[in-house]
This record gives sequence, C-alpha cells and structure tokens, in this order.
Amino acid sequence: MEIDEAPQKVDIAARIVTPGTAITNDPAFMRGHGTFSEHDTIYSSVAGVVERINKLVSVRPLKQRYSGEIGDIIVGRITEVASKRWRVDVNSRQDGVLLLSSINLPGGIQRRKSESDELQMRTFFAEGDLVFAEVQSYFADGALSLHTRSIQYGKLRNGTLVTAFPQLVPRSRSHFHTLPCGVDVVLGVNGYIWVSKHVPASKVEANAELIYSDKNEPISDDEREVIARVANCIQLLNRMYVKITDTSIIFAYDASVAHPVKDLLKHDVAVELAHNVMAYLEQQG
Amino acid sequence: MSRQELLSPEGLRVDGRRANELRRISCRASVLNSADGSSYYEQGNTKVLVAVYGPREPRTKSLAQHDHAAVNVEFNVAPFSTSERRKRSKGDKRLLEIASFVKQTFQGAIQTAVYPRSQIDIYIHLLQHDGGTLETCINAATLALVDAGISMVDYVCACTAGFIDETPVLDLNFVEESSIETPDLTVAVLPRSGNIALLQMESRLHSSKLEDVLELATEGCKHIHKKLDQAVLEAANELAKKLS
Repeated sequence: MEIDEAPQKVDIAARIVTPGTAITNDPAFMRGHGTFSEHDTIYSSVAGVVERINKLVSVRPLKQRYSGEIGDIIVGRITEVASKRWRVDVNSRQDGVLLLSSINLPGGIQRRKSESDELQMRTFFAEGDLVFAEVQSYFADGALSLHTRSIQYGKLRNGTLVTAFPQLVPRSRSHFHTLPCGVDVVLGVNGYIWVSKHVPASKVEANAELIYSDKNEPISDDEREVIARVANCIQLLNRMYVKITDTSIIFAYDASVAHPVKDLLKHDVAVELAHNVMAYLEQQG
Repeated sequence: MSRQELLSPEGLRVDGRRANELRRISCRASVLNSADGSSYYEQGNTKVLVAVYGPREPRTKSLAQHDHAAVNVEFNVAPFSTSERRKRSKGDKRLLEIASFVKQTFQGAIQTAVYPRSQIDIYIHLLQHDGGTLETCINAATLALVDAGISMVDYVCACTAGFIDETPVLDLNFVEESSIETPDLTVAVLPRSGNIALLQMESRLHSSKLEDVLELATEGCKHIHKKLDQAVLEAANELAKKLS
C-alpha cells in the first residue's frame, strides 16, 4: 500500500482497488470519477482499475451503467411522449431526451416544427419504439440530449434487441455493421444492441415514409434463424465477458455454425465458443 | 421448563463455537444476469440473495430529487426460510423495519450526490433464516452495491454480539438470539474510519457491559470486511483479466 514514498517510481495506474482504498496522498494529483478525497488523500469509491491521465486520477469500475459522452452512438427505447420531446431509456442513470426539434421529418425537408407536428408526435415515435440515435449534448442536470438527424439514424425495425454490459461495447468509427451472414447489427455503446434483417439503405432513402414506419418487412424463417443465431452469439459473448465488436461477432457466428441455435447459450457450449473467440482475438492482436 | 444451556462450562456454544468466533461466511458477487449488481451471502445457516438495480430513472416523478439519488430498499422473507412454513404479507411491520434499517445504514455510505435525479433499488431476499438477519442483509447489500459499481465512501460491515453468562459472545445464531435473557446488539461500521452507521438493540443490557459487547462486535465487523474485500477483489481480478 505504501505507494506514496516514491511517487515518481511507482505507477499508481493499472492497479485494482476496492471502495475505501487509499490511492495516493500526493497533493499534485487531481481526483476524477470513481474517487473522493478526505484529509488530502484520494480514495477509491468503486471497485475497478486505477487510470491516470497526467495529473488526473480516476477509477474505472469493471461493471457500471452507461455514462454518456457527446458523439456516442446509442440505441434507446422510448418510455414517454412529453411536450415537444420524447423520454428515452438509454440504460443510464437517467432517461435521455429526444427533442422534437432534433429529428428529421419524413420527406427530408428542413423546417421549423409546427403545432401539428407536436400533435402527431406519436406517429413518429410511440412508447416502446426503439431508436438509433447519437448523443448531441448534456442537459444541466446531466441527462443526455439525443438527435436522429441523419439518414442512418431513426426507428429500428425487423429485428431483436440484445442487452449487454455497456463496457463491452467499445467506441469505434462505425457502429452499424452489415455482417457477411446477411444481418444488420447496431452496436449501441450503451449496451443495447439491435440485430435485424438486412435492408439496403437505398430502399429507405427511396421511400421517406419508411423512416417512421411500424411495419416489418417480410422476414423468412431462414432469416429469422440467422438473426436468432447472431443474437445468441452476442448474448454468449456478453455472458463470458468478451468485447463485442463486429470481428468478435462474426467469428463467434462462424464458430457457432456446428451447434443448433437453441444450444448456444448452454453453459459448456458458450464457454467453448467464448474461448475460441478470445483465442482468435488474441491471435489478431 | 429448564433453561437451555447456551454456553457450556468448557466455553463452547450450542453450535460448538467459542464465544469470540464468527460463523462460516461464504459469499459471491454477480450471481444474477439482469440486475446491475447482485450477491449471494451465507453466514452460517442464514442465506441471503440481494439484487441492486440502478442508479436508474425513478419509477415515479415524485421520487426524483434534484441533488441526490433516492435509495429504496425492499426486504422479503421466503416462506420456506424457517422450519415452519409461513407466508408474510408485504406490509409486515417487521420486514418494513429491517428494510428501513438497511436504508438508513447505506444512506451515509453511498455517495448519493453523484447520482442526482435517479433511484437506487436494493431488493433483499432472505432464503434461509438462522439468526442475525439484519447483519447478513447489510453485508450482502454492501457486496451487491459494490458489484453494481455504485460509488461508496466505504464498505458497510455489520455484526451482532450478545451477552451470555457474563461473557460477550459474537455472531448469535437463531437459538441464542431467541433466548429471552440474551441481549443482542447489531452494529454496522465503516471499517476505514471506524464510524458507526447503525447501532441497534431491543433488549436490556447493563451499561457497563455495553463497551465490551460493542468492541467484540466491531472486531467481528473488521473480520467480515476482510472477507468482503477478498470476494470483491477476486471478482474484480477475474473481470479485469477477461477484459484485458
């Protein structure tokens, strides 16, 4: 524990701490998330890994609800239609807010939202609908403000939701993937993952009404099975605590072909597949 | 009816422990998939399951407070937890009392100011009852809260101690607890500072003896702290290994 005698030599980062563990009493450090100070000593307030950026010390918990950052791409579920806004469950400590002014209207025309738009908000998003959105800003109380002002964002259809630990979904350049098995996957960094039938973007662009449609496309039994397999693969990666990226999903899918879909979540099969995926990811570096 | 001998002349108790010995503790974090944090905790034959949800959007708007999180505790006893099957109603005063004790205990330890406008739910299920309900509930809830990644100033560790035949005894079981002559004191401490988060006793004890009993219980808390910390570190190391 005596890390304080030679702060230059001993790196305080990458250490696993538990709540109430003293991290440092060097006054040069600033305390960040997951820490608190008492009598000039910085203590950890969660169980996790110590991280240091210059003079800022923070503790990253190994399991926690999603905490948003601006620019994050997320999947959320509408919980309430309020005046000029929707409340969205984003797996965070508070519901996010999607303002009527931060969605695109069908037809793609940019205009001020009128009173008639306010009255027909439920035709765009109703309670229980899933949205694919981006974090635009924070409100003063810390709630997230979302927007769907892009052709790729909007209502999610034709698929199933899988819930994972948010820390398993890394932030990356792209969160929308079309897998080689013919399935679209939206990896929300908040841990909500949408697996759906592949629909070419050109089809949606051609018909603006489709953006807010509640009707699924016809989905054949084979397509359903592939969606279910991908969903189960993600579920097993989550259970085995493996990072969920397009590469890990594709590999888990390829490795899972030997087993029927319903067996994928059985413990021994899941362990075997997860080990294969981890070994593969390590090989890839 | 003759009085049952709780402490033999050799200094052994009904279950064969010495006066200053705890019951066997075994615990595990992350036992449930859907909860944000969960734990299973056994102390002797008392077994508890705890699920923690949150911090999340408050279920009703009236619960939302602009500067800190609301903590909500529900305590339930399984009908099969005692040898005599008995179903309790949700409004049972005994259950509500324990829930409110747990809530009060954690309000000082959880950094609620970090989570404004949210709610933290702690659901406690007593699966098997063999004395020391409150202490096991608090210890198990601590483990589940740490597992959920909720900011806490410190662990909260609880322990009971009683006073039998002029000797302070640690961690009473059901037989010892239900004897009328045994005073039973539950104490919850924050181990780092040594502050007391809860001190509860419903029977009479001579004030000169209180200090000894309290000291023994605090000693027990420190022991439990080590156990909990070990369980948390183990779980954390395992997760960190998988993630890296």
